[in-house]
Amino acid sequence: MLSYVIRRLLIAVPTIMLLVIAAFFMMHVAPGGPFTSERPLPPEVLANIEARYGLDQPLWKQLWDYFTNIFLHFDFGPSFRYKDRDVNDIIAQGFPISLTYGSLAFLAASLVGITLGIAAAIRHNTWLDYFAVSLGIAAQALPNFIMGPILILTFTLWLGWLPGGGWNGGQWPYLIMPVIALSTSYMGNIARITRSSMLEVMNSNFIRTARAKGLPERAIIWRHAMKPTLLPVVSYLGPVFVYVLTGSVFVDIYFSTGGLGQSYVSSALTRDYAVLLGITILYGALTVVVNLLTDLAYAWFDPKIRY
Amino acid sequence: MFGKSKKAEALAADITDFTAVRGRSLWNDALRRFLRNKAAMASVFVLGLIVLFVLFGPLFAVWSNEEIDWVVMGDVLALGAPSLESGHYFGADDLGRDLYSRTIQATRTSLLVGLIGAGMALIVGTAWGVIAGYFGGKLDSVMMRFVDILLAIPLTLILILILVIAGRSFVTLFIALGAVSWLTMSRIVRGQTLALKTREFIEAARAGGVSETAIIFRHVLPNLMGVVIVYASLLVPEMILAESFISFLGLGISEPNTSLGRLIAEGAGTMAYGTLWQLLYPLFFYVTIIITMFFIGDGLRDALDPKDH
Repeated sequence: MLSYVIRRLLIAVPTIMLLVIAAFFMMHVAPGGPFTSERPLPPEVLANIEARYGLDQPLWKQLWDYFTNIFLHFDFGPSFRYKDRDVNDIIAQGFPISLTYGSLAFLAASLVGITLGIAAAIRHNTWLDYFAVSLGIAAQALPNFIMGPILILTFTLWLGWLPGGGWNGGQWPYLIMPVIALSTSYMGNIARITRSSMLEVMNSNFIRTARAKGLPERAIIWRHAMKPTLLPVVSYLGPVFVYVLTGSVFVDIYFSTGGLGQSYVSSALTRDYAVLLGITILYGALTVVVNLLTDLAYAWFDPKIRY
Repeated sequence: MFGKSKKAEALAADITDFTAVRGRSLWNDALRRFLRNKAAMASVFVLGLIVLFVLFGPLFAVWSNEEIDWVVMGDVLALGAPSLESGHYFGADDLGRDLYSRTIQATRTSLLVGLIGAGMALIVGTAWGVIAGYFGGKLDSVMMRFVDILLAIPLTLILILILVIAGRSFVTLFIALGAVSWLTMSRIVRGQTLALKTREFIEAARAGGVSETAIIFRHVLPNLMGVVIVYASLLVPEMILAESFISFLGLGISEPNTSLGRLIAEGAGTMAYGTLWQLLYPLFFYVTIIITMFFIGDGLRDALDPKDH
């Protein structure tokens, strides 16, 4: 197990480093920048600005500075757009918000999805099963950016129960719609995967043996069927986390939560590459870490698995 | 003994009939299974209707997608509602443009995005996976490590990054979609190739002196087709989704082009004013396309890969 953890870490760390380097070069290949405008700046002014941001240095020096700042000081540098803010400020301001409802959505999707899937498999061919199956199909067509307008239409415009956006320090009325919008689609998928996995496990030989021994149904489900059922679900949780991350970009914008997604899209539109890359690297690194954790959880669940 | 009866003659003819019974190929079997799948066939029918609508819908349009109806523009809520008399069958948007023509245009874009994205994944992913899997060794580990690294970054973010850096246009959109869509495909194809290349018939072909290229094209690729088609069909809705997502954010296709995600975003932006048709018509087409594609993909999987179920 330990050697497997170390081997996986040896893959994860260079991946993050390569991500930083690739992102850095993409920034330099890109045409134009935040300082290109319709009325060109006088060359002296431009030179001064570039010196201020270190853009006059040779490329390798810039890369080295960018690289060491990120890995040694966790510093993504200044924003090109806002003179008084650096990327760290922007992340520190927006990320906790996205993280709060993102993790709630992740939890809701996994807990409700797994429960629903197991219940559907145990009560195979009942209304509960049909509900889980139809949710699984509907989930395909109801991603976050479709759920958002539908939710606002229902709960804000028609019923008037919930505020249509904002954050307000994360009070629960402001949390409900972002969490639902973000989690529905994955909830359906998780329920679908859990259900079919559980059905397969319940038909396998060792469950038949357990039944033949006369074990009570509850013991069969909890002690014997649960672990193999959850295997494919666990491997899907990594991707779900990634989807929740990218989905939060939409939620931040549509529900005006003030999360990191708003800075992400506005930096993409204004070509504020420092912010754009900072956020991309942050999300990429998070993805690598979560994939690592999923793989480790998977190895723990199923001792047969070693890549 | 038997004499010369008609019966005996028929019997003799029957016995001496040496024409072989035509066997059913695996593809025929798969086709039969697919045709018997009711959900998939209904989906093919509905999707076919949508394609016909995209192809022939413009013939019935009164307004083009770019014309602005100045009469409607001032008071969209009262005058822009869907009606047959005004010629705005699906209503008008807040700029007075005809939603019927816009929806056709958007549906066409979204379908194209799905097909081209999945098509690029099919070509690049298969080539990459077959080469890595078949030749193995150092080449394999370098190629697959590259895929691993790209897969570690959320694909939508790469998509946005490419579109920002290369500029937003139809061509870059398709290239960007192709650039992100082939990764998982290449992994699946590589796995299948690894399993295939140790099989006896490949060994036999090699022993018979068939060249490596011929083995790949004649023996490996045809055996991969089933998996590749199934996965590509599941990629179509995924591509449409990804494009709609970034278009919703305003980072994808830009005016005067439009896609369903863009129209849904516009509809979602104006629904507070009561012009609900702006949201509901594009939403209807979007949801229908995604669900039918899902059933078709599912049907293809059942038809081509019956072991799985």
